[in-house]
Amino acid sequence: MKTFLVCYFIVLWLSITGLFADKTKEESINDGQEIYQDFCVQCHLANGTGVSGVFPPLKASDYLFENIEKSIAGVKYGLRGEIVVNDETYDGVMTAQGLDNEEIADVMNYILNNWGNRYENQITPMQVNEIPKSVLE
Amino acid sequence: MKRFISLVFCSIFFTIGCAQDNPPQIETPTEINYSYETVVEGIDIPWGLAFIQKNDFLVTEKSGILYRVRNGEKSTITGIPAIYSRGQGGLLDVALHPDFDTNSIIYMTLSANTEGDDLGGNTALYSAKLNDLNLEDVSLLYKATPNTKKGQHWGSRIVFDKQGHVYFSIGDRGNRDENPQDLTRDGGKVYRLNLDGSIPSDNPFVGKDGAKEAVFSYGHRNPQGMTIHPKTGQVWENEHGPQGGDEINIIQSGVNYGWPVITYGINYSGTPITDKTDMPNMAQPYYYWVPSIGPSGMAFSTSDVYQDWKDDLFVGSLKFEYLERLVIKNDKVVKREKVLDKIGRVRNVIEGPDGHLYIAVEGKGILKIVPNK
Repeated sequence: MKTFLVCYFIVLWLSITGLFADKTKEESINDGQEIYQDFCVQCHLANGTGVSGVFPPLKASDYLFENIEKSIAGVKYGLRGEIVVNDETYDGVMTAQGLDNEEIADVMNYILNNWGNRYENQITPMQVNEIPKSVLE
Repeated sequence: MKRFISLVFCSIFFTIGCAQDNPPQIETPTEINYSYETVVEGIDIPWGLAFIQKNDFLVTEKSGILYRVRNGEKSTITGIPAIYSRGQGGLLDVALHPDFDTNSIIYMTLSANTEGDDLGGNTALYSAKLNDLNLEDVSLLYKATPNTKKGQHWGSRIVFDKQGHVYFSIGDRGNRDENPQDLTRDGGKVYRLNLDGSIPSDNPFVGKDGAKEAVFSYGHRNPQGMTIHPKTGQVWENEHGPQGGDEINIIQSGVNYGWPVITYGINYSGTPITDKTDMPNMAQPYYYWVPSIGPSGMAFSTSDVYQDWKDDLFVGSLKFEYLERLVIKNDKVVKREKVLDKIGRVRNVIEGPDGHLYIAVEGKGILKIVPNK
């Protein structure tokens, strides 16, 4: 009986954590790669360098790492107007891509940890959910 | 000696690398005898453009706004269908019924989820009656299936022939392995309907087992430019290839244009898609761009407004941010030239009722190209 109870609780615990645990950073990065190929690669390119003067780079981008919240908001709500990235001015329009919070978290984790980029923390859907449009103002 | 050999090899590779560019090379004109005026501004991504009169036209904004612009003043039209906004989707093209003057009917293509599920969206063609600033009698004429959450390749452009047909394009919807070559699936096709949305009985695949009978041609990747040739009446189309391999095609009934079995392009990652550029029973492009220009919009100049542009073809370049002028002689592109270099991402080009060329530029709005006096 004791063994049964122990087993029962172990299974229960596993299923609860399985249901409610967010994905690991590695899983998120992995899913983010697919989103990147679908929604970002046409402009920012497979190597994340963008096109100088037209589409800002994501690889080794000072703007990205100094403005994580703004960058998330840009993906969530769209971004327009002048920004300076690695000493170059960009004045384009990136429209909101219609991604949900989890997809935005995934693609951010991919971008922040690819092409030599490193970011210790994991972006979570909860965090994306809480970012208001006003951070862009 | 070793160094000499490697130098020789380097130069050979270099030459091969260059030789892949498809001629004619793009030229920058030495003498520019035109400039532009901004007709309307403050539109982030102007997509479709249709003239009602000289100073009265419709513009779609990709995010889902239909504007009517009268004498440079833009007003928002109410009553547009619900838009499923994702990736490259949104409110796409707009066009006037050939008898718009008497029936006020317009057509629109847009990304839609009409099923009310959470499975994504696909491209739809609608018609509606324009009553000043409101749409009435909105009706869904065609909706591609299945819905997908893929962000890419919705198309889309709308044109009409003189025989009472509407043509519209839908891209491969990010599923190149299944959609473009399969006649039982939507996507990667140019469609032809009667103006009321019914399927013409002489469409090429009517009665064919399981086929989507609205399909007119197939094997397309993502057509975002279409126009009617002013003399032949044929449908001309341009489409985005992958990296390299954007195409111009003359659309003919039942023809397979080859994507992704044949292409002059490669994946964005640099890996090949196929080693084939031609196959029996697959049409060659009329012209292809290597490197890609990111073509969108398409118009012939038919007027005498500009000095020597009559009969030339114009295509917007999203990638290089200019309008491209293509001179065609003896059924061949013989010259390519940049018009308004660095103007911004040119999403559309159209010849207005006054014979001027109008372009839709991202982040700017609608510009009119004006010859110098």
